[in-house]
Amino acid sequence: MPRCLLSPLDLTVEELDELMDTAMDIMKDPEKYSHTMDGKVLATLFFEPSTRTRLSFEAAMLRLGGKTMGFHSADSSSATKGETVADTIRVMSQFADICAMRHPKEGAALVAAEKSDIPIINAGDGGHQHPTQTLTDLMTIKALKGHFDNLTVGMCGDLKFGRTVHSLIRALVRYENVKFIFISPKELMLPGYIRDDLLIRNNVEFREVTKLEDVLSELDLLYMTRVQRERFFNEEDYVRLKDFYILDRKKMELAGKDMLVLHPLPRVNEIATEIDDDPRAAYFKQVRYGMFIRMALILKLLDVKVK
Amino acid sequence: MAEKDKTEKGKTQYKLYVGKIEEGFVIDHITPGNGMKIYHDLGLDKLNCAVAIITNALSKKMGRKDMIKVEMPLRAYDLDIIAFLDHSATVDIIQNGEIIDRPKMELPREIRNVISCKNPRCITSTERELEHIFVLTDVKSGTYRCRYCETKYSAS
Repeated sequence: MPRCLLSPLDLTVEELDELMDTAMDIMKDPEKYSHTMDGKVLATLFFEPSTRTRLSFEAAMLRLGGKTMGFHSADSSSATKGETVADTIRVMSQFADICAMRHPKEGAALVAAEKSDIPIINAGDGGHQHPTQTLTDLMTIKALKGHFDNLTVGMCGDLKFGRTVHSLIRALVRYENVKFIFISPKELMLPGYIRDDLLIRNNVEFREVTKLEDVLSELDLLYMTRVQRERFFNEEDYVRLKDFYILDRKKMELAGKDMLVLHPLPRVNEIATEIDDDPRAAYFKQVRYGMFIRMALILKLLDVKVK
Repeated sequence: MAEKDKTEKGKTQYKLYVGKIEEGFVIDHITPGNGMKIYHDLGLDKLNCAVAIITNALSKKMGRKDMIKVEMPLRAYDLDIIAFLDHSATVDIIQNGEIIDRPKMELPREIRNVISCKNPRCITSTERELEHIFVLTDVKSGTYRCRYCETKYSAS
């Protein structure tokens, strides 16, 4: 199996640091990296629609001098003819040098990685993992906070199906004394494999609450998430839960002056636009950091070093 | 095996008789009602040898129990899966009609194609010919999770 990124834990803390250093260097001197991927092709296989993640990967590859190809939904792929993920990736391995894949089914990226000759980057597999969003989140925290240790991190919204939340928790528990406060309605609480097997087993300090206002003053970082319609089998449940939390100016008054607000985007109603200009709102900066960290990741997985 | 017999009064009656095996293994102390499931899950239905399944036998230890006797030449046969299928079951290895070993059952690290992932969002629900693989993630609680989506296996 080639070197792939399926989960944030595929990278050690040292490798993550190295990746973030590379991303910072790219931000400082983009010209130095602008031809590192000349002649290389990135396949973006998106069996599920996504604008931001796909374009972020494409922008990353183009800015490194490479080219991109792929499809943007399962409808425009051979999946409609019944082709398996395993076969699709075997074919794509013949055309491209590296692949970013998003698929609605959990574990699809692992199936692809097992059959691939080229590095696979998991760009989201259902509600399971979304490691490059995690790299984006970590990069944003590193750039704006400067450290990960001793942070109190609030995670709010859909913690059950929100893959970005699961991936970020896995990454953050590796740092010293990170505490979590999980804010969600009962129906959208963390799944057992995160709460029991990861947090409890590793003695990570955490609390689960339902009211956002009660904990805002304690947080160094608030990670807001969208309640995703596509994760529900029942429209009624979605309608009932979608506006459970709305972060607005009034609530922001309860938060500390250095508390960062992150969001994987797209947002719907969970963050009122009135706080977009608040200096603590970091979600648009996050998008830019995401592109630079993906550039660094492509270089790493293709083992390209720039002096 | 059920055998026809004549009583002293000349009436026909059936007796339940399962003979001793010369070479093979006996899975004993199976939770009553679980015998047929273990028979299928172990793939014993695919073996070309004599297999006896006894259900609801009297047991001093358990009250009632199921048992499976398999007459077959001894060879490497993965019996660890039994520890996963039924916690109370024990195994006796038989040679020349005698018990030569009573191996300690340990939960297998990995289970392939015995149980299926029930998560409808898992790739195993749509990808053809993909093996159903479960990995032991917590020995203490005996927790198995799907290799692909990490959903915890639950029998119900």
